[in-house]
Amino acid sequence: MKMIKNASTASKKAFINYGIVIVFFVVFQTLVSTGNITSALKGQLIPITCYMIMAISLNLVVGISGELSLGHAGFMSVGAFTAVIVSSLMDGASNPARLLVSIIVGAITAAIAGFLIGIPVLRLNGDYLAIVTLAFGEIIKNILNCLYVGIDDKGVHFAFNNPNALGMDPLGKVIINGPMGAVGISKIATFSGAVILLMVILIIIQNLVNSRTGRAIMAIRDNRIAAESMGLSPMKYKMLAFTVSASMAGAAGAVYALNYSTLVPKKFDFNTSILVLVFVVLGGIGNMTGSLIAAGVLVVLPELLRKFSDYRMLVYAIVLILVMLVTNNEKLKGKIDTFLKKFRMNISKGGRKK
Amino acid sequence: MLAHLINGISLGSIYAIIALGYTMVYGIAKMLNFAHGDVIMVGGYVSFCSMMYLGLPAPVAILAAVFVCTVLGIVVERLAYKPLRAATSLAVLITAIGMSYFLQNAALLIWGANPKAFPNMFKNIEAIEFAGARVSPVAIVSIVANLIIMIALTLFTTRTKVGKAMRAVSEDKGAATLMGINVNFTISLTFAIGSGLAAIAGVLLCTAYPTLMPTTGSMPGIKAFTAAVFGGIGSIPGAMIGGILLGIIEILARAYISSELADAIVFGVLIVVLIFRPTGLLGKQVHEKV
Repeated sequence: MKMIKNASTASKKAFINYGIVIVFFVVFQTLVSTGNITSALKGQLIPITCYMIMAISLNLVVGISGELSLGHAGFMSVGAFTAVIVSSLMDGASNPARLLVSIIVGAITAAIAGFLIGIPVLRLNGDYLAIVTLAFGEIIKNILNCLYVGIDDKGVHFAFNNPNALGMDPLGKVIINGPMGAVGISKIATFSGAVILLMVILIIIQNLVNSRTGRAIMAIRDNRIAAESMGLSPMKYKMLAFTVSASMAGAAGAVYALNYSTLVPKKFDFNTSILVLVFVVLGGIGNMTGSLIAAGVLVVLPELLRKFSDYRMLVYAIVLILVMLVTNNEKLKGKIDTFLKKFRMNISKGGRKK
Repeated sequence: MLAHLINGISLGSIYAIIALGYTMVYGIAKMLNFAHGDVIMVGGYVSFCSMMYLGLPAPVAILAAVFVCTVLGIVVERLAYKPLRAATSLAVLITAIGMSYFLQNAALLIWGANPKAFPNMFKNIEAIEFAGARVSPVAIVSIVANLIIMIALTLFTTRTKVGKAMRAVSEDKGAATLMGINVNFTISLTFAIGSGLAAIAGVLLCTAYPTLMPTTGSMPGIKAFTAAVFGGIGSIPGAMIGGILLGIIEILARAYISSELADAIVFGVLIVVLIFRPTGLLGKQVHEKV
């Protein structure tokens, strides 16, 4: 209530985002309960919500902190596989409790991973930083490909690169099986649970961005040297944004994992990181509303294009390229008018029609 | 050990040829061309089709692949990247990713998802015995091709007028324009050379690892990009050193540590190098001015 009273433009924007999430939830929940939804789309509801969380958390790094990260899916997988272990350990507890604890532990593990990875990554700049995040994403995927986890009466057993080293009781159950991934996950994630998580994360991000800390992060993004001379520590604030973003990706991964009965580490490869980055860039860098909408639309779009069947991914690619060309040329039209004249002279007509 | 080392150098040579395309395009257009890996795949398919369906001899098939990829490189640059020359680097990156999706899915529609067995061009040539190690002909061809390409490119960029223009554009686009250099032509030429090299790399890669799929190019593409960064992006000798080191590390890790973890080790070494030399092995250290 206090926030509404002193509503600034920033918090008005925040409320628009909360509104979007609520409308998204109400519309689809109604569609589900009235049965007016295709089963394919219904199955996509939890992944869509997870991708929305991924998009806004990546936007915190790419948009607010200004670092290009190409390994966001790595943190998602850390959260996902942690959640699988935690939820298996809590077999017997009530489902919401299992989901909640899995999300929290998944988020914490991903935050630790983010912190450790952030130490070398954030020392670098620009494209070098991007390639190292990509490298870490691939490393996480490879390590998870070699991970074997089993549960028996004595507790959890871990093995690396050798499934026979688990040393379990014959009655024990293997829950993570190397490249085959997690098997027999109990599907305890719910759409409402996912939306609540999205809402909580949105609130955290909006308040972080509009706080003193958030302004410090953006100041470092805009001009690191000027910010540093104002006494702000770039490493500290970049690390904060990176770790918070990683933990949110971990939470999203936890919900995502608990929506499927099996999950392979390969699911969280470079392409998934890129997919999330596409949401962020198409939605508008630094714009949370855009990220939410882009994630929603772009996850559903291939589904809507189903009637093109084989051609749908091709159409998706063409749409992506056209959107980038159109939006970026129009931005030029509005912003740099003088430059545009030169642009018009140089550019071939065929190129501009695209 | 020697056999692994030679295999590593040969795989590294293929990476180096691909990395050259990344590094030249990055140097001149300051963009990460993510579609580059898929040009490799197109090169592989074109040579495959010319050999299997048209019955052309291998050298003609390679030329066909180079020709198609060169044209493809120019067309992609003209249609997708040129209109965005003034846009933010992220916008160009996403467009390149879109182009990569496009090429992969187009290949999927044309050639199907089933892996194709690439014909062995060196069927009639025996593996060569070298100091007790058996070396496959494709390994030798890769290494020789890499050396030739590297020498030719170095001569091209330092001795010819167009090559010098290329270096001038990568140094300062505005100043190059003032000197009467046709920037658009130079950038197109860079894409053409890079894509032509990718076609050669594609043929070599598919001969060494004979499964051809629409996603064949993406992982070698990422690794070659890593190699380019490893050696210092923008530097031609850097791409060669980075590529070869990466190939050796990958093959040795696969042979002595674990094939599952080989990629992780490759990327791990990259990270260690970048921590101590933040612009790669041969990259120029640019000091920030306030």
